[in-house]
Amino acid sequence: MRQATADHSAPLVVLRGVGKEFANGVRALQGLDLEVRRGEFVALLGPSGCGKSTALRIIAGLSVPSEGAVAWPQAATPAAEESRIGFVFQEPTLMPWATVFENVLLPLALKGSARSESAPRVTAVLERVGLRAFGGAYPRELSGGMRMRVSIARALVTEPQLLLMDEPFAALDEITRFALNDDLLRMWQALRTTVIFVTHSVFESVYLASRVAVMTPRPGRVASELAIDRPYPRDRNFRTSSAYAQLCRHASEALAQAMAATVVS
Amino acid sequence: MTSDRHSAVRSSGSANPRAQYPHKTDASVARKQESALGRERVLRVCLPVVVLLLGLALWELAVRVEGIPPYVLPAPSLVLRTLIADRILLAQSLLVTLITTCEGFLLAAAGGVGLAVLFNQSRLVEYSFYPYAVVLQVTPIVAVAPLLLIYLPQRAAVLVCAWIVAFFPVLANTTLGLNSVDRNLVDLFSLYRASRGQVLWRLKLPSALPYILGGLRIAGGLSLIGAVVAEIAAGSAGAGSGLAYRIAESGYRLNIPRMFAALFLLSLAGIVIFYVLSLVSHLALRRWHESALAAEQ
Repeated sequence: MRQATADHSAPLVVLRGVGKEFANGVRALQGLDLEVRRGEFVALLGPSGCGKSTALRIIAGLSVPSEGAVAWPQAATPAAEESRIGFVFQEPTLMPWATVFENVLLPLALKGSARSESAPRVTAVLERVGLRAFGGAYPRELSGGMRMRVSIARALVTEPQLLLMDEPFAALDEITRFALNDDLLRMWQALRTTVIFVTHSVFESVYLASRVAVMTPRPGRVASELAIDRPYPRDRNFRTSSAYAQLCRHASEALAQAMAATVVS
Repeated sequence: MTSDRHSAVRSSGSANPRAQYPHKTDASVARKQESALGRERVLRVCLPVVVLLLGLALWELAVRVEGIPPYVLPAPSLVLRTLIADRILLAQSLLVTLITTCEGFLLAAAGGVGLAVLFNQSRLVEYSFYPYAVVLQVTPIVAVAPLLLIYLPQRAAVLVCAWIVAFFPVLANTTLGLNSVDRNLVDLFSLYRASRGQVLWRLKLPSALPYILGGLRIAGGLSLIGAVVAEIAAGSAGAGSGLAYRIAESGYRLNIPRMFAALFLLSLAGIVIFYVLSLVSHLALRRWHESALAAEQ
């Protein structure tokens, strides 16, 4: 069983005073500080439009911060670190013209790996998300939950050390979302990867994360952090426990405080 | 996501009064829908044919009753007889026009897609040349054709005409397609450090495929028009032997039945081109694109 926080390991990625102003003058982030240690499951919890997704894009190197910096203390170069990132978008973002297998193969193909080498890895990761039999299907033929599983499989196929997830389950119905929550936790434990999970759901953040970072409205920054000191594996018993309810209340209060906090200029 | 919800609803669907005999009801409903679809299809084929036959009968009747001479309006039966009598001449002309059209179409497809890719890769090239592509498109081809015939050998002029008319829809559609790529997929490709070639080949061109095929469908008809316009313009020069040239020539000779026969073959060629391209488009997209998917049962 894993500990909720892996205190002793050095941080994997550190954001210091990160700010982002878009060309149209909108300030998405200001003074964002965040430290993520190896093996953690960190939830970024905040209202819609608070810059959570922007923060994720900056970590992934898809967007450049206007101020502050992203550091990778354990890596030789940031580029080396960014190349070991998996990203799951809010939508499944699959190529509709390609089969499930081809979609999951994509990251390996882009790196120039030989198909014969990649194929077993694709099959293995499809097995892991429970879609082994669907390799030949097209995304159009799958349900929303299955498409999101394909998207997760694609992010995992490179065996990333950091998995960034941008409200991946927000568009799914509750039954599917709960199932995917459990599957995600199982995969996180099995793969010993690090996850940063953006969500606007208090309940989802508390259920999944070992630590919740609560963000203010735009321009977003981390207002407070909440350690979810409950052991994994977590399951339905945890979801219905009073400890869970109490932690959700704490997170809600922290979120309310963050929402009320006046914007520092 | 919708089907997840559907299945959730279905499993709790005991409130539905039909749930007692779900299989029976579903099957009969499906059968009814199927037969309705079948009837619809029969009507869609039969009604135009009936209209055609009625029109032809009326035409034939009018010509016979009024005694209209064939150099004013030939009866359909005479057009058919001419079609059979002149079959070798007309078939040769049809072949010439079809070859020009196909060549023009292939050049337009290659040129339109190639230019669009070039414009997409380099903004400087796009800014430099796009206005002239528009100029080519908006200048009426009927007015350009005589000029081309002065400067180019006739065969080349006809081909250039077919190309000018047909390439623009391919260019415009492909450009639109290349710019309509899912932004998240673009991010995904840059996350995995994809090269420009990889982005073009694995992302942009497949995304643009439905648009390209739409452009090609328009270009097929237009390249026929381009070929016909150039042949007509060249008509007086007299060296051509395509269908449109036959029409012009028959006009001078007041051989109206042959004009009609040639016209009939031209529209037949246009229809065949359109349906062949529609079929190609359907086959290429049927597994994944909304436009090619049958309505859900």
